[in-house]
Parts: sequence; C-alpha cells; structure tokens
Amino acid sequence: MSYELEHLRTLEAESIHVMREVAAEFERPVLLFSGGKDSIVMLHLAIKAFWPARVPFPVMHVDTGHNFDEVYEFRDSTVEHHGLRLVVASVQESIDKGRVVEQSGPRASRNQLQTTTLLDAIEEHGFDAAFGGARRDEERARAKERFYSFRDEFGQWDPKNQRPELWSLYNGRHHRGEHIRVFPLSNWTELDIWQYIAAEGIEVPHIYYAHEREVFRRDGMWLAVTQYVTLADDEVVETRKVRFRTIGDASCTGAVDSDAGDVHAVVEEVAATRITERGATRADDRATEAAMEDRKREGYF
Amino acid sequence: MELLRFATAGSVDDGKSTLIGRLLHDSKSIFEDQLDSVSDASQRMGLEETNLALLTDGLRAEREQGITIDVAYRYFATPKRKFIIADTPGHTQYTRNMVTGASTADLAIVLIDARKGVLEQSRRHAFIASLLRIPHLVLAVNKMDLVDYSEERFEEIVAEFGDFASKLDIGDLTFIPISALKGDNVVSRSEAMPWYEGTSLLHHLETVHIASDRNLIDVRFPVQYVLRPHSDEFHDYRGYAGTMAGGVLKPGDEVVALPSGFSSTVERIETMDGALEEAYSPMAVTVLLSDEIDISRGDMLCRPQNQPTVSQDIEAMVCWLSDSSSLDPGAKYAIKHTTRSARAMLKELRYRLDVNTLHRDEQVERLALNEIGRVTLRTTQPLFFDEYRRNRATGSFILIDEATNNTVGAGMILGEPR
Repeated sequence: MSYELEHLRTLEAESIHVMREVAAEFERPVLLFSGGKDSIVMLHLAIKAFWPARVPFPVMHVDTGHNFDEVYEFRDSTVEHHGLRLVVASVQESIDKGRVVEQSGPRASRNQLQTTTLLDAIEEHGFDAAFGGARRDEERARAKERFYSFRDEFGQWDPKNQRPELWSLYNGRHHRGEHIRVFPLSNWTELDIWQYIAAEGIEVPHIYYAHEREVFRRDGMWLAVTQYVTLADDEVVETRKVRFRTIGDASCTGAVDSDAGDVHAVVEEVAATRITERGATRADDRATEAAMEDRKREGYF
Repeated sequence: MELLRFATAGSVDDGKSTLIGRLLHDSKSIFEDQLDSVSDASQRMGLEETNLALLTDGLRAEREQGITIDVAYRYFATPKRKFIIADTPGHTQYTRNMVTGASTADLAIVLIDARKGVLEQSRRHAFIASLLRIPHLVLAVNKMDLVDYSEERFEEIVAEFGDFASKLDIGDLTFIPISALKGDNVVSRSEAMPWYEGTSLLHHLETVHIASDRNLIDVRFPVQYVLRPHSDEFHDYRGYAGTMAGGVLKPGDEVVALPSGFSSTVERIETMDGALEEAYSPMAVTVLLSDEIDISRGDMLCRPQNQPTVSQDIEAMVCWLSDSSSLDPGAKYAIKHTTRSARAMLKELRYRLDVNTLHRDEQVERLALNEIGRVTLRTTQPLFFDEYRRNRATGSFILIDEATNNTVGAGMILGEPR
C-alpha cells in the first residue's frame, strides 16, 4: 500500500475540509450558485461534505436576468433534486429599486451591476460567509486570493492587507457587518474541474458541450444571438458548432469553436488548449489589464 | 497522478520569476493570451524583453512598483505530476509571506545567484524552510552561464551553504546548478555542465518521493463536524466528519476520544462514495463508532496506546506576522489548533532567534514583524498536540488578535515547557 492520494482526491479533500470548517464556525453561510461548472462542482463537494445530512446552508443565485435559458432550467432542477433552499438576488430588482443604473448602448452588460446586488443580498440576509467558485488559475488577481478572503463592511477586498493563511488553519473571525468570501476551489485548475466532472459523472448544462448555435463575432469572440444583445450594423450572424467554456451573463460570455460533444472530449480539448478560459470567453476581463482586480476590490465574486 | 506543492523563495534578482516562467513555459502552461498581455505590458513599460515576472505579479500596485506584494499561486502539470507553486516574494514581510506559502509545501526551492554566492537572504530562506519542516529543500544555483558553468564555483557554493545547513534541521537537501534564462538543467540535463551528474530540476520535482513525508504512524483524527441527518433513512446516524491528521485508521480499530477519555471501536469509515478500508492523511472522511459517546467538534480520536500530549501549557517557536502590533509577554490571543479554538496567554518569551546568524537573544522584550522567537503559552483549555517536527497538522497553531481579528502569529509546537 503506497498511501498515495490521487490529485483529484487531494483537491476534493481540501475543499471538503474548508466547507466543513465554514459550516462549523459561521452562523449564516451561503453558497453562490450560478449554474456554471465551477459552482456545480462546488455544490457537488458540499453535498459530499455533509452526506448523509443535507447541505446546511442555502444557495444563492445572483441573477442578471440575462442568463441562458438552459442555465435557468438547470439551476431549478438541481435545487429541486437536492432539496436545497434557493435565494435569488435579482439585478433587475436592484435596477427597479434604483440601486444601480442599467447601462445603455449595444454593448450594455449587467455583469458589473451584479456586485451591488450581491452585496445588498449578503447584507439583507445577514450572510457571514459566502462560498464562491473562483479559482486561482483563472486570473492574475485571483492568483493572490486566500481560501478565506476577508471583506469589510463595504464588501471590499484589500489585496495588500490579506490575512496570512497557514496550514489548514483558517481564520474566519470578523465583526458584525463584515463577511468572509470562501473559495474552496482555490487550487483547482480548469482541467481539474473537467476531469472531476468526468470522474464523478456530474451533470452540467448542455451548452458546455458542442452544439450548433447562431453567433456573431465581437472582440474576437463568438457571442450568442440572444434577446439580451443588440447587433451593430457590421456584425453578421452565422451558425457555427460551438460550446461555452464559461457561463455567465449572455451579453459578455463568448463561445468557442468546438467539436467536443461529451465530457471526455472536453477534457481532451481543455488539456490541449493554448488560451485561458477567461481570455477566450470573457469580454468583461478585457476592459483593462486590472479589470478583475478592480471589480474584486469593489466586492465582485 | 500525485500532487506536489512547492514554494519558491528568492528575489527577482535571483531569477526566480525567470525560473517559474521557464517551468510554466516549457511545460506548456503559459497560455498565448497570457503571454500576449505580458509582452504588451512589457513594451508599454519600455522593456526590451518580455518580463516574465509580470505573469505572476498580477496586482496593479505590483506592476506599477515592480515588486511582488503577496504570495501568488501558479499551477502546472507534466505527464508525471500536478504542481502547485507558492511563489513567495523575498523582500519586506518575507517571513510572513514565506511561512504562508511554505506551511503546506512538500518542497522548497531557494535560489542563489552563482555570482553572488550564499547571501544573508539565502540563509534566511533555508532557515524558514527548515523551521516550517518542509521535507525537501532544493538549492538552485542559478546564472551558471554567467560564471562560465564553472564546477569550481558551484562546489564553493555547495560547501559554503553546506556549513550553514548542517546547523539546521533539513531532511533532504539537493543542489542543482541551473541557468533559468538559458534553460540549463531546468527541464533537461545541460550539455554545458557535463561535470554535473544529478538530475534536472523538473525531473527532481517529478520524482522526489513525498508519500512517506506524511505521518502514517500516529492516528490523529480531529473531529471537525458532527453529522446528524435526522432523516427517516438515517434516523440514528451519528457520524464524525473530519480530515485525517496522522496515522492510518481502519474499521475495527479501538479508539479513545479526547478530552473525555472514553473509548470505543471504529464501526465504519465512509464518504458519500461508500465505506473505506482505511483512512490516512489528508483524506476527509466520516467516522462512525460502535458506542454512543459524547463527542463534539474540537475533540480528537486517537489510539489508546498512542496518544498526543494533552496540556494547557505549550512551548513553541512563533513567527510574528503583524506589522501593527508586537508579541508581548502577558498578552492574550485567540488560538486555533486543529479544529480546536481557545484563548492563550503568552507566559514567557525565552529568546528571539536571529534568522541570519541563528544567534539567540535572551534579553528580548517583544517580537516584532518577521521575528521568530521561542515562547511558552498557557491556554484556557487543554490542546491535544504533537511535536511539530513529528506532525505538521497537530503541531501547528495560529494566534489571532482578538481586537482586530487578524492572524498575528504562527506557532510550531516543541512540546510541554521544560
């Protein structure tokens, strides 16, 4: 017996350990669930961490109202299947209440507006810990994140003043009104996520697999034709075989050309790719070099 | 595939970023868009060559000031292993950053500039690696191309560092002459240094034996969370969830619960995937016992003949991590150890250790940021601990400032005070 633990099992154990710590030490944790692959894996880990008991916290979807229909359906069936409590924090409501102002123009996106909706919901429900599916390999600012990321009463992240994080001893202490973002998938890569989805037989929305779709070219990406985007005069619609590498707001999430029709093909494709998932698919990260850092400082996921 | 976590220490001048850049690049883990954005940024900064440090220095302030502020984590894989790099900056707040990155590392790479030899900083990094009990240390003697790939120069550095290292507690020390810039001995053996008979750095990372670094002898199971489903199907279910912190636990094993001292037998060890024949570190499992005894979070299961020390008095080495306060005798802190939380009072500061000379200053009155000292603590409740050098999981603790809630100290237990 070698007592070697395979890398996916090591990552799984680390994530489960973190989730149990949070459940034991916080009063009102919540799991942020978007219906994307990372939050699906995170939810799967939560179910495993507390089995045979139920997941001892609700899930929250910060809904821009501009998501793909398949993702809404997936969210609702998942919540029902596992008997979870779902909290929907709606960007539309934030707009209606005047908390945020809808962007205008053909490139309007609700992606940025999510931060206010998220922080308002955390405050309204008194959540003291919020699990996020962010991974350090995704982006440079995220490479600097801790598992437990302290947020002040404004929800801000201060990357220059993070708590040291040693061994597997996590410090979740905070004052009233402050909270901790918890990232159980910190050490997972995109490839790990897909290998784990394959190994565990986890279901994900079908739009992660190759399918025919009407798309148009913008900023070097294929954007889906939906009711949420307005085409410019020179933008031409064509039907292509694509899949989504990330799933977010439909107005700023690009698809990639792909023939990967099942999970094993996706694993192969991800292993061979030469472009990061956010670089390939997220218009929101392209705004500036520090776009993610700036949004995270304000309280973004 | 196995996962290897390693920490890199050294300053930009030692070629650390170049080395990481090369490992990522040659293992095809740098993506085209990342490289594009780094080369654009380099051009904007007026640099002639692409600065690979920009790959890891992701924060605005880091790029503006050309410094690394905090530990950055990087990921790459080869067909043999998956790797997590904790890239720790070498200058200000060095202890704080390095202990953060090193606490979970299987291996540390300390870089030395072949032209400069063993500097104060190199000694400091090696000392911290030994203090944190990183099982494997690699001294990468870099920029060999700038000393004409001289065997003599390499041997000088090996001898000089060897003198210092002999005073430290280092399990496995490997010296590798490299040129991160030219790629010598990084991924494949260098033809420029035929006198070097060892392996390349990457080959070492792929093959160094780490499975036996974990403690597989002393069964330690800190109870993290009690699972009580209260459902029809699992009506009387009472499972103790936690992460194995040492030893190998099997169904049928007799166990003692601390602090109560009640004993029972392991009926089942399971996860959602089913029952396990054995559990060992770092598996996260659920243990079911054959008797109903009162056990809650913070308790520990161990074997009757092999128990940790149970005490409210602890002697430890502490790294001070706070720049806004100092560690003072008489001060009280919150302490976290395994899954147990308590309060602790600093009874005695025995000495401060000079990390460069290993000199012990016994006249010291307090510890400031980055300083390391030997202390005794008294806790409000007994902790169940082992010596840190025997078990990193049950021998470590953190101290938290109760007013600011910041993590201010990292402790490595030596035992009960003598």
